[in-house]
Amino acid sequence: MKFGIVIFPGSNCDHDAYYALKNNLHFDVQFLWHKDSSIPPDIDCVILPGGFSYGDYLRAGAIARFSPIMNEVVNYAGKGKLVVGICNGFQILTESGLLPGALLKNAGLRFICKDIYIKAVNNNTPFTTLIDSGKVLKIPIAHFEGNFFVDEQTQKELEDNEQIVFKYCEANGEISNKSNPNGSLANIAGITNKRKNVLGLMPHPERYSDPILGCSDGQLIFKSIEYYLNNI
Amino acid sequence: MPMFEAFAKIMLKKGILDVQGKTIENALKTLNLSQISNVRIGKYITFTLEADSFEKASSLANEACDKLLHNPNIENYEFHITLKEDSKQS
Repeated sequence: MKFGIVIFPGSNCDHDAYYALKNNLHFDVQFLWHKDSSIPPDIDCVILPGGFSYGDYLRAGAIARFSPIMNEVVNYAGKGKLVVGICNGFQILTESGLLPGALLKNAGLRFICKDIYIKAVNNNTPFTTLIDSGKVLKIPIAHFEGNFFVDEQTQKELEDNEQIVFKYCEANGEISNKSNPNGSLANIAGITNKRKNVLGLMPHPERYSDPILGCSDGQLIFKSIEYYLNNI
Repeated sequence: MPMFEAFAKIMLKKGILDVQGKTIENALKTLNLSQISNVRIGKYITFTLEADSFEKASSLANEACDKLLHNPNIENYEFHITLKEDSKQS
């Protein structure tokens, strides 16, 4: 299987994602340029990496969605192909309308860079096939705008369609206010679209994919994608 | 063609917690300005546009606000337009 990682001007987790997928997980990977007007047919999953695309001007992710490659990403997702937006990638997915909601400034008005715990609350997605429901993962976050918000009606739709995939929790899995680092609605850390082929999440699984760092929980998400693609 | 100036104001919707506004409000309280409340932070964006009529200019500015300058999930916008000084003479 092969991953494609989009490089926007200002992406800064593109190489982290490349390293994790190539060196830690031994997948085929290739970079895609934001000005590309096509996605190679052998790409099985597109990653929109973290960073500060276009300097976060206007709103985080607002300008990146006008990059030529984003038209292709929208078409690609429309065909049911897999797309993962990590951090700034998640912000780009909401701005481009591929995912509902928006990422507001953190409730504490601080950039937060630390390890947090998330719980998979839905293992019936391509991104969580190998993650037991209720399993707790330790993954770092690094963002200023990660405070997930949707209106009440959309929240209900997310719940009814089981689109909420990851929630911030304590180390023991308890979902509490204390474990919510940024004020996200209902502790939401990651969601999918209705069709469940597009995932956006604020935590950085690529940053905890190398065992040398003492934690490689992030690998489970990428291995889940591999498992899903090998078994559809 | 006449030139217009557009002034767009973008604010978080009511009911969405404005953490910047809240922080500034707390700072104002430390200045003993506790009479001040409901501080909200937004964006003010100005631009020039070329159009053959006021209506056309208004429609273009509306399109800019609607499609890019605001995020409909969390923000509202309003704008006004004036004819540029040097366009008034021609």
